[in-house]
Formats: sequence, structure tokens, C-alpha cells
Amino acid sequence: MESFADGGLPPDDVVVAALRAGDEAMFATLLDTWSRGMLWLARSHVSTNDSAQEVVQDTWLAVIRGIDAFEGRSSVKTWVYRILVNTARKRGVRENRVVPWSSAFEHEGPTVEPARFQGADDPFPGFWKDVPAAWPTPEGEVLAAEVRGLITKALAELPSRQRVVITLRDVEGCTSEEVCEILEISPANQRVLLHRARAAVRGRLEEYFETAGRSA
Amino acid sequence: MKRFSCDEVVELVTAYLEGDLDETTRCLFAEHLSGCEGCARYLGQIRATADALGALGASGPGAGGEPSRPPSDGLPRSARERLLGAFREHRRS
Ligand SMILES: [Zn+2]
Repeated sequence: MESFADGGLPPDDVVVAALRAGDEAMFATLLDTWSRGMLWLARSHVSTNDSAQEVVQDTWLAVIRGIDAFEGRSSVKTWVYRILVNTARKRGVRENRVVPWSSAFEHEGPTVEPARFQGADDPFPGFWKDVPAAWPTPEGEVLAAEVRGLITKALAELPSRQRVVITLRDVEGCTSEEVCEILEISPANQRVLLHRARAAVRGRLEEYFETAGRSA
Repeated sequence: MKRFSCDEVVELVTAYLEGDLDETTRCLFAEHLSGCEGCARYLGQIRATADALGALGASGPGAGGEPSRPPSDGLPRSARERLLGAFREHRRS
């Protein structure tokens, strides 16, 4: 998927050269582009928002200290996020909050309410009872802002691993390879987490559009 | 030959969008989609959801005016200023 969030960033060699030359605008751009995703990622390892903020700040300080030694064996983004994950894990251990990332317990069950499909006694078991309603095209600032708020809330309510994966992939625009490398999870695990997260957020949008449709 | 029902198709949409389905499964998936308005719409809505999330990223930290939710809004301004200061300081030394 085309990365919106990183659309404005130049290639890695340009970024690294700029940081080494002390280009503050470049550093600010990275800060502003990645910090939110980093906060969410950190938050899934530690117990409070404050703690997550400290992890992200420590990560950026490590980036400042480490940029001269960066060898370019991975992308800058993967490098930064790997520092973040290591910092967050250490902190999580200190807080006795170790999250088993390979845990499969979030992978159970269907992502669409089974009641939406015909049952064994219906003419077409497993087929839609009623097809999903078409969504309106969001028009106007109010609706767009409302949808943004809704999605933000839906993200906040996801189980942490799902939230991290969907944030990295869809909000921050990482590739699946990057996410697997950053989180040290398998491609299959990455895909399941992304799938469950997207289905959950779609479900919240569906509820919203149905309610909005009725009240209109 | 096996044919997918809708409740199976909805669980394959991400694998389909990721290009992770094997050839046979991809064909069966596409065949179902071409004859099923509900699943075609579902796939479109999953795409729309991913696009909306991308737009959220594009809007940048601080957008949306929800200061009560730090994780959704990026670093607080004070932390940002401190880090920029640390960057300046380090490059100078
Ligand atoms: Zn179908």
C-alpha cells in the first residue's frame, strides 16, 4: 500500500546525511512523522502513557547518539523502531509487564459476527443474510473529523498487538517485511494481527455509518 | 471443486490484499467476489478502512484536537522541544 505518512520523507541516504550534518528540520520531520506510531508501540510494552513517552524520548536520544554509527544494514525507520522495541522491552521487564509477542490467543474466532451469515438450516449456509450496506463517501469537514475521531478511538480499543501492527502498517505506512523485522514476528502472525485489526476498525465504521444513516 | 462461502471469504481478504494467497485460492476468491455483491463490498470497505487509517497518518500528530489522548497525538510539545534541543546540542559537540 502506498505510504501516506512517509510520502514526504526523502531516501534514507539523504536522511542520514542530513542528520549527520545537524539538519534540525530533518530531525523534526522524523520526530513528527514517527512519534505517534512509536508511542503506540511503546505503550503496548509498558504500563502507562507517561512511561511510553519516556521510552520514545529515550529512543530519540539513542538515535541522536547513534546516527554517526548507523551502518545502513536496515532502513532508518526499521533501525529507529528496533531501538524503540528494545528500549520498551527493557522498561517492560522493569515494570514486570512482559508481553508475549508470539502469543496466539488473539487469533481465535471469526472476525465478522457469525449471525451476519446464513445458518445451517438456511438456503445458503455461510452466505450473507443481508449484504453489508454501502458506505457514504465522507463529505465535508465535520464528517471527516468525526470519522477521524472514531477511528482513533477504535484503534485505542484494539488489543495492543493488533493496534501496533495496524498502526505500523496502515497509519505509518510500514511494509509487512519491516513490521516483521521490527516486532520479530512471523509473516503469518503479522497478517493475522493486521486482519483482525482491520476487521475490527471496519466494524466500528459500519456501526457508525448505520447509525448516521438512520438519524439522517 | 471447492467453492468459498462468504464467511470464508471475509477471513481471506487481508491475505488477498497482501498477495499471500496461492494461485488456486486466489482464483476461487476472485470467482466468489465476481458473483457476490456482499463480499465485493466487504473487500472495498476493508480497503476504505486502510485508506482512512492512512489519511489519519497523513494528518500528522496533533491533528484532531484530542489532547486527552497522548498516544494518538504524538509527543507533547515540551518533549519535542527537549529532543530538538538535544539534537542541536549533540551536533554542536
Ligand atoms: Zn460472498
